[in-house]
Amino acid sequence: MKGNEAVAEAAIRSGCRLYFAYPITPQSELIEYMAKKMPTVNGTFLQAESEVAAINMVYGAAGAGKRVMTSSSSPGISLKMEGISYIAGAELPSVIVNVQRGGPGLGDIQPGQSDYFQATKGGGHGDYHLIVLAPSSVQEFADMASEAFDLADKYRNPVMILADGMLGQMMEPVEFKPARTDAEIEELGKQHHDWCICPNKDGAEKHHHEINSLEIDPSVLEAHVIKLYEKYAVIEKNETRYESYNIQDDNEILVVAWGTASRIVKSAINEMKAEGKSIGLVRPITCWPFPYEAVQAAIGKNVKKVYVFELNTGQMLDDVKIAVNGKVPVDFWGKVGGIVFTPAEVQDKLEACFTGRK
Amino acid sequence: MPKMTVDPNFCKGCGLCIAACPKKIIRFSENINSKGYHYAECFEQDSCIACKMCYQTCPDVAITVEK
Amino acid sequence: MLHGEEIMEIIATRPETLTQTPFTYCPGCLHGVAHRLIAESVQELGLINKMTGVAPVGCSVFAYKFFNFDMAQAAHGRAPAVATGIKRARPDMHVFTYQGDGDLAAIGTAEIIHAANRGEHLSVFFVNNAIYGMTGGQMAPTSLPGMKTTTSPYGRNVDDIGYPIRVSELLATLIAPYYIERVSLLSPADIIKAKKAVLKALTYNKEGRGFTFVELISTCPTNWGIDPLKSREWAKENMIPFFKPGCFRDKGEGVE
Repeated sequence: MKGNEAVAEAAIRSGCRLYFAYPITPQSELIEYMAKKMPTVNGTFLQAESEVAAINMVYGAAGAGKRVMTSSSSPGISLKMEGISYIAGAELPSVIVNVQRGGPGLGDIQPGQSDYFQATKGGGHGDYHLIVLAPSSVQEFADMASEAFDLADKYRNPVMILADGMLGQMMEPVEFKPARTDAEIEELGKQHHDWCICPNKDGAEKHHHEINSLEIDPSVLEAHVIKLYEKYAVIEKNETRYESYNIQDDNEILVVAWGTASRIVKSAINEMKAEGKSIGLVRPITCWPFPYEAVQAAIGKNVKKVYVFELNTGQMLDDVKIAVNGKVPVDFWGKVGGIVFTPAEVQDKLEACFTGRK
Repeated sequence: MPKMTVDPNFCKGCGLCIAACPKKIIRFSENINSKGYHYAECFEQDSCIACKMCYQTCPDVAITVEK
Repeated sequence: MLHGEEIMEIIATRPETLTQTPFTYCPGCLHGVAHRLIAESVQELGLINKMTGVAPVGCSVFAYKFFNFDMAQAAHGRAPAVATGIKRARPDMHVFTYQGDGDLAAIGTAEIIHAANRGEHLSVFFVNNAIYGMTGGQMAPTSLPGMKTTTSPYGRNVDDIGYPIRVSELLATLIAPYYIERVSLLSPADIIKAKKAVLKALTYNKEGRGFTFVELISTCPTNWGIDPLKSREWAKENMIPFFKPGCFRDKGEGVE
């Protein structure tokens, strides 16, 4: 199944019944799949007038305590940033899918990874974090839909699935989890009734819930941000995910790569393994929280260098440098313009480390 | 006997009720509330006809009219 | 009953659909009147447990503190989109937005037009006082020709930046909206008429008839630089000729 469609199907099976979005290449299949499928489960599909309107519809539906999703690609995600900041500030569970393309500006429609900074280091204004999940296969993309909703609900936080045009377009076999029933979805929704907009009662049970990120009193805003960061500390402790690939004692190079780039790196690693060269890979699955400790720990006693490959000019690179903390040199090679490097190109760069070429 | 009362906690002394009252029986009090406003008060309840014009125009919903 | 004792009946008082939080508006600002009309209507329609509203960015940003039911606060201009999300998520609840000139007629033009065009089941209350209040008196899309504001210090020059926008008329060009009316809050008699419009909008909302819109001509004594009473006169003389009160659409009464 195509990645764009697989994540949509998985989202619906996880209990998402509200989807608001605007078409943009390379994720138009996602919105079109939702347009066809949502009405069949009595869900709401709405093509909004813009990505800005869509993220604000997400804010509203999330504020009403329901599982809701939007999706877009890089320029559209930029438009959503104000809304995402509001969602994070108001602590609303929601899922945002970014099928990245080449940028900046209108860029092109081919795959890229140049929204890493936007997703993990800010994007929207203010002190907040998105939980960022980065798939590297269609199966993982689909699995992350239900993980994203569960994490969003658990922590009352927006979650981004940071995919790219290649994952969105490629077709691979997928196995789906069984779909949630309407009764299960309703039961899930009850966890939010102590804060969300919902029907009220008279008397002792009357509530006044406010979906809001404004705190005009500085000391109250300070307390709120501190509370957010206490939450983020818990997320960092419990939800950091990564994959170790070919981590061996005799690794001479450690590669760190994520998403589509990591698949290509794996091919190169396998080729070179056959030649007797030992290269390990740490693949962050959560870009935020970033697996700093896992990267550090993977630097075995024979590792002479850490190499980062990305489809950008070096963004996750910064987090890797923080993790490595000067222990060994860190090198980088990337491709931009929506161009995806090949295993041969990656292998070439890694081979050079062994022969001393650069 | 109709009467109008102003809750001094809400009143901001804007004067709209004074202008609205057809019997001209509302004035600013000599007292001030905790925010420093001279709140409105009815000084001649006997003349009140419970027309509710004061209530209609009060932007702070400070007024209660009884009949 | 003792001779001379009367049983008093309260015929007008603060509705229970407003909280006990004093409004943060300037003395004489008519926002409070608009709030009361909405609150009274919600109470009269028995909707207090199924009602929710969306506050804008503007003087009424704190509206979420003043209504005695669940409320959301929205990014500038986005209230119709937020309200759409809420209503689509909880169709059993009833939703309104409350917005000012900048929120609705400047940054939020796309959102209001499209929510209206989709016929979303919402009530939008648009308070038009021809100026930006909260940020200190800048020009609004509804500011009148020649009107001096902090960002049109030489007067609004229509050759440079065009004319005020008549939102009610604009929305009336769309097919879906069910009810569109412009009223004013400039005198007790006007307020009584305005109440009828607000109540009608929320009644249609309760009955699930579609998109309802009420534009309320109001004042800004603080930023116009004139007292509350004179502000009403100024608005009557200057705003009403341009923003004519009237019903532009009422499908319930055959006004298309």
